[in-house]
Amino acid sequence: MSSRREILDLLGENARYTTEDLAHMTEFTESEVEDIVAEFEEAGVITGYQAVINWDAVDTDEERVRATVELNVALDRETNYGDIADRIAKFPEVTSLRLVSGDYDFDLTVEGDSMREVSHFISDKVAPIPEITQTVTHYIMESYKEQGMNFDDHDDDDRLSISP
Amino acid sequence: MTLEPADRVDDVPPSGIRRFFELAEEMDDIISLGVGEPDFSAPWAAREAAITSLERGQTSYTANKGKRELRERIARFEHAEHDLQYDPETELLVTAGASEGLDLAFRALLDPGDTLAVAQPCYISYVPGATFASVDVLDVQTRAEDEFKLTRDALEASGAAEADALVYCYPNNPTGATMTGDELADVAAFCREHDLAVLADEIYADLTYEHEHTSIATLPGMRERTVVFNGFSKAFAMTGFRLGYAMGPEQAITAMNRVHQYTMLSAPTTAQHAAIEALDSCLDEVDEMTAQYDRRRNYVLSRFEEMGLSCFPAAGAFYAFPECPWDDADEFAEALLQSEKVAVVPGTAFGAGGDGHLRISYATGLDELKTAMNRIESFIS
Repeated sequence: MSSRREILDLLGENARYTTEDLAHMTEFTESEVEDIVAEFEEAGVITGYQAVINWDAVDTDEERVRATVELNVALDRETNYGDIADRIAKFPEVTSLRLVSGDYDFDLTVEGDSMREVSHFISDKVAPIPEITQTVTHYIMESYKEQGMNFDDHDDDDRLSISP
Repeated sequence: MTLEPADRVDDVPPSGIRRFFELAEEMDDIISLGVGEPDFSAPWAAREAAITSLERGQTSYTANKGKRELRERIARFEHAEHDLQYDPETELLVTAGASEGLDLAFRALLDPGDTLAVAQPCYISYVPGATFASVDVLDVQTRAEDEFKLTRDALEASGAAEADALVYCYPNNPTGATMTGDELADVAAFCREHDLAVLADEIYADLTYEHEHTSIATLPGMRERTVVFNGFSKAFAMTGFRLGYAMGPEQAITAMNRVHQYTMLSAPTTAQHAAIEALDSCLDEVDEMTAQYDRRRNYVLSRFEEMGLSCFPAAGAFYAFPECPWDDADEFAEALLQSEKVAVVPGTAFGAGGDGHLRISYATGLDELKTAMNRIESFIS
């Protein structure tokens, strides 16, 4: 018996599956799939659909720079992690933001057109936030896997085209 | 003495899939639905165990019947998953794939001139294997209207009552048919009444979608007359490791091991290390792969229904076996390949019982499967 969760699994695997594809793969009808997806969207379970892009493979002279940044913060009575997160998340340069356990508090990913742009963003916009006590920036040199997808998994199909 | 083939080898024609393989190999960019093996790689933990075993220099022969550690784990796995209980010391033999196990059974348990009833359509090795063992073959045709299940009527109509043994594969390659415990009970009763041994190829047991797999050896009075074959190729996606096993009464396993020890000596050692790890830590991945096959199966069956191509609801392995829209399935498969670059296998490659059908393997990613089904639809419309 198909479950609503299966729709999420399939869209997580490939957001371009059509309603018709999803209906073929599960026991739901097309209109049921439409309703389920709409409910997930409305409830904020599905928050958007994006392509996973291997920027290193894009044939262009334009630079694309990404960095992961470790942030340490000091809370006071009036400020909690959510308040700080709200403030940082509003910057369009920040593509992901997570509160993490361990040596630092927040882990964010920042994108820009150059290292200079990313550096300035961190020093001019993020570091001055009063509760932030330390930033450590790591520029991403190469991506091998993003959102569960291997960019070069050497997974060419070498099976015989016809076999027993 | 010249190096001419022996008659029994000469008598076996080249495999029916060979011609399509050669045709497909000549072409670029085809989508193949003709592949009888998983498109997943073996679980990483199993591969890692194989690498580690090599690094440690574990490259010697193992015991003829397989490493004790592996036999014990297989016995526990079979008990937990399929309700089969075999003594790993005396009733279990590790082989180089289930195919080697079947070959051993043909040679060790049947005498030249004995008759082996073969449920058709079937995996391409049964009939040649029997011929190489100088065993006579009796075809038992299963029918599309019975959803390719083996029935008492089919056994009786073929004269299987006079046979010495029966070989079958459920879930089935090429049809994707499965059999429930109730359906197998009729087959079991027939075999008991007519004193047939049973060689039950259950290599696809863990790829059963609509109901739990039942092994015929769990039915009353069947354990003592059945050898069950399984392996790591299909559910664990470990085809290239060449590792299978046979389970049965001690005298049968001892006889099979006698042939095995003089031919294979022991199954590949590296593969045995990988298999131990697979059973220890990769069962979740088997579940994940099975869930993916199930979705693909739903997709393929649903598309065939939309195309108006009759296909019974295949519920096991990773094959669908629709009726061919043309009279000649060989011609259709060849034309589809030439025109749309989609490779499928005509049912005739799996014996006369497959006539008029096509074997479609859905061990292919959904995106490719979708493109292939679109091309088939446009080709037949």
